[in-house]
Amino acid sequence: MATVYIPSQWRDLTGAVDRLELPGRNLREIASGLESRFPGIAERLVEGEAIAAGLAASIDGAIASRGMYSPVEPTSEIHFLPAIGGG
Amino acid sequence: MTPKSEQKKFKVIGTRPIRHDGADKVTGRAVYGADLRLSGLVHGKILRSPHAHARVKSIDTSAAEKLPGVLAVATRADMPDLKDKIADLGEGSVNLAHLGANVLAHDKVYYKGHAVAAVAAANPHVAEEAVKLIKVDYEVLPAVTWVMDAMKDDAPLLHSDVFTKSMGKKSSKPSNVPTHIHFEKGNIEEGFKAADVIVQREFKTASVHQGYIEPHVSTALWNQDGHVTVWTATQGAFTARAQTAELLQIPVSQVTVVPCEIGGGFGGKIAVYLEPVAAMLSRKCGRPVKMVMTREDVFEGTGPTPGSFMRVKLGATKDGKLVAGEAWLAYDAGAFPSGVIGPGAMCVFSCYELPHAKVDGYDVVNNKPKTQAYRAPGATQAAFACETVIDELAEKLKIDPIEFRLKNAAKEGTRRVDGPVYPRVGLVETLEAAKSSPHWKSKLEGKYRGRGIASGYWFNIGLKSSVAANVNNDGTVSLIEGSTDIGGTRTSIAMQFAETLGITAEAVHPRVGDTDSVGYTDLTGGSRTTFATGLAAHEVALDIQRQMTERAAILWECEASQVQVEDGVYCHKDKKFTFAELAGQLGHTGGPVVGRATVSPEGASNGFGTHMVDVEVDPDTAKVTILRYTAIQDAGRAIHPSYVEGQMQGGAVQGIGWALNEEYVYNDQGRMENASYLDYRMPTALDVPAIETIIVEVPNPAHPYGVRGVGETPIIAPPAAIANAIYAATGVRMTELPMSPPRLWAAMTKGKNT
Repeated sequence: MATVYIPSQWRDLTGAVDRLELPGRNLREIASGLESRFPGIAERLVEGEAIAAGLAASIDGAIASRGMYSPVEPTSEIHFLPAIGGG
Repeated sequence: MTPKSEQKKFKVIGTRPIRHDGADKVTGRAVYGADLRLSGLVHGKILRSPHAHARVKSIDTSAAEKLPGVLAVATRADMPDLKDKIADLGEGSVNLAHLGANVLAHDKVYYKGHAVAAVAAANPHVAEEAVKLIKVDYEVLPAVTWVMDAMKDDAPLLHSDVFTKSMGKKSSKPSNVPTHIHFEKGNIEEGFKAADVIVQREFKTASVHQGYIEPHVSTALWNQDGHVTVWTATQGAFTARAQTAELLQIPVSQVTVVPCEIGGGFGGKIAVYLEPVAAMLSRKCGRPVKMVMTREDVFEGTGPTPGSFMRVKLGATKDGKLVAGEAWLAYDAGAFPSGVIGPGAMCVFSCYELPHAKVDGYDVVNNKPKTQAYRAPGATQAAFACETVIDELAEKLKIDPIEFRLKNAAKEGTRRVDGPVYPRVGLVETLEAAKSSPHWKSKLEGKYRGRGIASGYWFNIGLKSSVAANVNNDGTVSLIEGSTDIGGTRTSIAMQFAETLGITAEAVHPRVGDTDSVGYTDLTGGSRTTFATGLAAHEVALDIQRQMTERAAILWECEASQVQVEDGVYCHKDKKFTFAELAGQLGHTGGPVVGRATVSPEGASNGFGTHMVDVEVDPDTAKVTILRYTAIQDAGRAIHPSYVEGQMQGGAVQGIGWALNEEYVYNDQGRMENASYLDYRMPTALDVPAIETIIVEVPNPAHPYGVRGVGETPIIAPPAAIANAIYAATGVRMTELPMSPPRLWAAMTKGKNT
């Protein structure tokens, strides 16, 4: 199962749980698993079928490029971060 | 500086061919936006707000419309209602209501210079006269330009519909703080308890501008068939197309953006300003409308980088190991939300292994132009704070500043404070290169002279790139790419293509396509182009090589799998074709060979650099002279070393300007007082010595040639390196940018009778 790190600003929803293991083939399934476990997270993470504006997901150290359909491996480490651009 | 075990033999990569666009650039034939001449062209001009904050009660354009020669006038009334619409622009989402209100003010103006109305006229002089005839009734409101003032409870509220979002969690009360970011790692209290030495300081930085030499320029033609063509200076043709189409609420297929040559961008030419306004004016008058900003327009109306307030605290043990770090950062976003606090907060401690850390970051709206990206957006301010404290810790611990950094440097396996773990990265190698450099080994003697060093980190992003190629029968290849060329990328992309295909760089003819000529490509920014578009070019070359192999097999009446390819020579038994020979036979083996690729790579990379500088401070005037400067950077693989060196030198010089002189000076009405290059002091050739460069190559495992982006990292370290050098020269710790003569003189003479 993938290891999902909970951003500190979501821990009001997780009872201070800072990471957990979840099954899922892609971010959409991970988000669904998070919402089932901690209702309210999806409202912060997802807008329509996309990652919410201003947020990004890092899978194994790389920013996911396929949004909620980004593939996740059973050994993956997932972080949710502020979105970055560049100059 | 590449380890021998990693050295591969390349024929094109690592060489320095003449740039493909060189002849056009040096002869003045390259077509920039301002060079564009179209039949029936008319000229647009913007009316800008004289107030830093005011309600727009009414706009009367009747007198302007009556002026002979005026062909169209546009105001907020001509823009579609974009309330609450969020659009995906490839690099990220944007609130269209805010983007639209920045392009032409709606109910309020939020900064002096905010665009309010526009005129198209037969010539620029009539347009200029006409905008003066537009009467705007303002209700002037209190303004706030300093980030900390804007955060106060009693500060003027800019937007009643902006609430604080904390990783998606929304506050219930409107606020000037659209975003709060918080990262935690380990246990910060326990971390500081374990520290033998703790240093904490507060820092301020002024807003600075990207300072591109070419002002914004756009020409738009809204054709009678409803199709809009925009010629513009942009970092991303497709990004400009998406913004223009969304703001006008027309399909993207109805807009073609033709990217002109660009005279610098540095992050400031991603958002649109003139494009939709020129299009609206063109729709009204039926003629192509050209709009060119003045330098004053550029300073007052386009995005500077944020001013900031920062507090950084770091603790280390006696043996020089960092144990805890805490940062509190507040950055301007300017008039509308979405500044660069995210990357600032992610970068502040990104050079170091910190077991315990806490970072809070705040994005703050205030009455300045909407901030935009500027080379490693958000990282330079954060590094100024962190690297100054690192220097002070090293001094207190009596450890050489390079050794102190080496003891704590981020490396493969280091977990950043925001969570992700680094793959293989090259910070240690840049520090080792610094330690063994001629500059570091040289002696610096003399009163009021000092040497400083600092490191910096920036992400590379991936995003989407497309490249297409056509093989010509003379053995050359026409390459069409979607990335606008702001730093020599045409050539560095062509070189990767040539290397893969086994031909020379000169045999590739690269061209930047418009949005109807090439597949979707994200902007040139985020240090992504040589990495991602280069990767696309590599894949196109593989595609072409596969097709050429099939053609050779036809001629040799064998299976394609029986054809060997080495260095661009196709062989089967004792038969050989060079690429050019085979290209000459395409006509009777099936016709043209065309290749294409589109990529959306993950795992772009991480860029580290270390800079060192020698300064001399005039004790009477506090003017800082840069005596010697060396920039060191991990480029992964330097495709065209001259361009990598150019990026390092250019970034260093921009960082020197940020460090020593550049700033937006505001008066008490919130108006910028130095909106010209006479008064906004950028470095000139007389202000900087030759910037020495050392390229370190620690290949990026996510790219076939090991490329890392290099464009942004070089601006990060200079302010901190110079502050540390000034301290070594004078004993004064500077904590505010710019470290201009008046500010440094005040610090040097504080407590003394002068």
